Amino acid sequence: MQFPIYLDYSSTSPCDPRVAAKMAECLTLEANFGNPASRSHKFGWKAEEAVENARKQVADLLNCDPREIVWTSGATESDNLAIKGAAHFYSKKGKHIVTSKIEHKAVLDSCRQLEREGFEVTYLDPDSKGIISPERVAAAIRPDTTLVSLMHVNNEIGVINDIEAIGKVTREHGVIFHVDAAQSTGKLPIDMETMQVDLMSLTAHKTYGPKGIGALFVRRKPRVRLEPQMHGGGHERGMRSGTLATHQIVGMGEAFHLAMLEMDADNARILKLRNRLLEGLQDMEEVYVNGDLDHRVAANLNISFNFVEGESLMMALRNLAVSSGSACTSASLEPSYVLRAIGLNDELAHSSLRMTIGRFTTEEEIDYAIEKVKEAVGKLRDLSPLWDMYKDGVDLSKIQWAAH
Amino acid sequence: MAYSEKVIDHYENPRNVGKMDDSDLNVGTGMVGAPACGDVMRLQIKVNADGVIEDAKFKTYGCGSAIASSSLLTEWVKGRSLDEATAIKNSDIAEELGLPPVKIHCSVLAEDAIKAAIADVKAKRGA
Repeated sequence: MQFPIYLDYSSTSPCDPRVAAKMAECLTLEANFGNPASRSHKFGWKAEEAVENARKQVADLLNCDPREIVWTSGATESDNLAIKGAAHFYSKKGKHIVTSKIEHKAVLDSCRQLEREGFEVTYLDPDSKGIISPERVAAAIRPDTTLVSLMHVNNEIGVINDIEAIGKVTREHGVIFHVDAAQSTGKLPIDMETMQVDLMSLTAHKTYGPKGIGALFVRRKPRVRLEPQMHGGGHERGMRSGTLATHQIVGMGEAFHLAMLEMDADNARILKLRNRLLEGLQDMEEVYVNGDLDHRVAANLNISFNFVEGESLMMALRNLAVSSGSACTSASLEPSYVLRAIGLNDELAHSSLRMTIGRFTTEEEIDYAIEKVKEAVGKLRDLSPLWDMYKDGVDLSKIQWAAH
Repeated sequence: MAYSEKVIDHYENPRNVGKMDDSDLNVGTGMVGAPACGDVMRLQIKVNADGVIEDAKFKTYGCGSAIASSSLLTEWVKGRSLDEATAIKNSDIAEELGLPPVKIHCSVLAEDAIKAAIADVKAKRGA
């Protein structure tokens, strides 16, 4: 085994070696280095061909038309372009947007910016499992609503929203539906024929592609219009200017192509590992899975070890690369806003670990992780006054703590 | 975030972990912090007839810096008089452990804990 063991695939994934090999073919003089926008020579034509091939590979994973794919620098840019671009374009129709409290910061901050510009935003509460129901969306839509923005899969708890059902609601009301799918490509089937999604943010680096490249799906029928956020040479049909990064795009194309071919096998293997991890940890006392376990991508386990603080736990797990919802990891005093929004108390939010499994995780690594987590939780509980009190039968919720 | 060697040492080999009998009139207990804030410290001291702290124990729920701050403090207070222990400042702890600015509150909590423990034992003995 190589240490530390990487169990943070939802943060980013390594490039698949097959992806890296394709990218390397697009860099040097001897290789495909040209500007895809150069129309006057072979270097440009060859690069354009590679870019269009990648566009088709991305479109194939979504079952959409390649002309509906706009290259961006990643999901953050796609979210910005989708939300601000659509809100601004349709602002004469209305200035109300619907999103949720557990969206990625790229969505929440784009919405905050629109609020400063005079738009109104409704932030939906998820249920205690982390799911936004189509009924809640329907109830929030008003005559002046132009856009609904919701994530397909939550980055912290891995919980899946029913995009197909929500799409029916938004289409019925004539509202644009944007979906952040950064966490779902290669993990769930996505079909733009059956999902009535108008805009979908994509990124390469969570699906074994490179960082710094993403795309926005922009539906053609019915046509969705956007105000560009990046002005310049009019690339990508005017929606996103800037010279296309051939090597990045080719990497994303190959990564999504592999995802299409290998998704089922990957998921089956990863689910087995996740279940093994969960079973290994669940025989301890006071262990809670955060978010719905059934409507969740195979790769994600978000789990709280009561009476143990998350950062100290990660400190004990130096050979494991994981993340925590504890405030101490973010240098702010608030624990994870996602865990709070699904109703976790602060204690459990501070005690959470997110472990995310990927294509290169082995059974041996999972077994090692189980052993180390158990050891660390045991050690830290021996150190924890809260564990003492729990064992003595003290009801911690009845104590008057002095907040500081 | 990188931890200082001293923080790691205290975290990996915490000194004086444990619990004392709170009903003992010579034992002072200081429990500070809140689970909601991500740290709770329980610091206990045992004071002899001369007013000297002869033993100290702690348990801490919190990040590595909080654990290290309380562990260090138990080492420091042993053998000191109550007045000497009262004089320990959070900045001394922060400096000794090399705490970064975002972790200063851990040392503040440790200072609060020893002050609370001292107040507790004084109240008990006065009673």
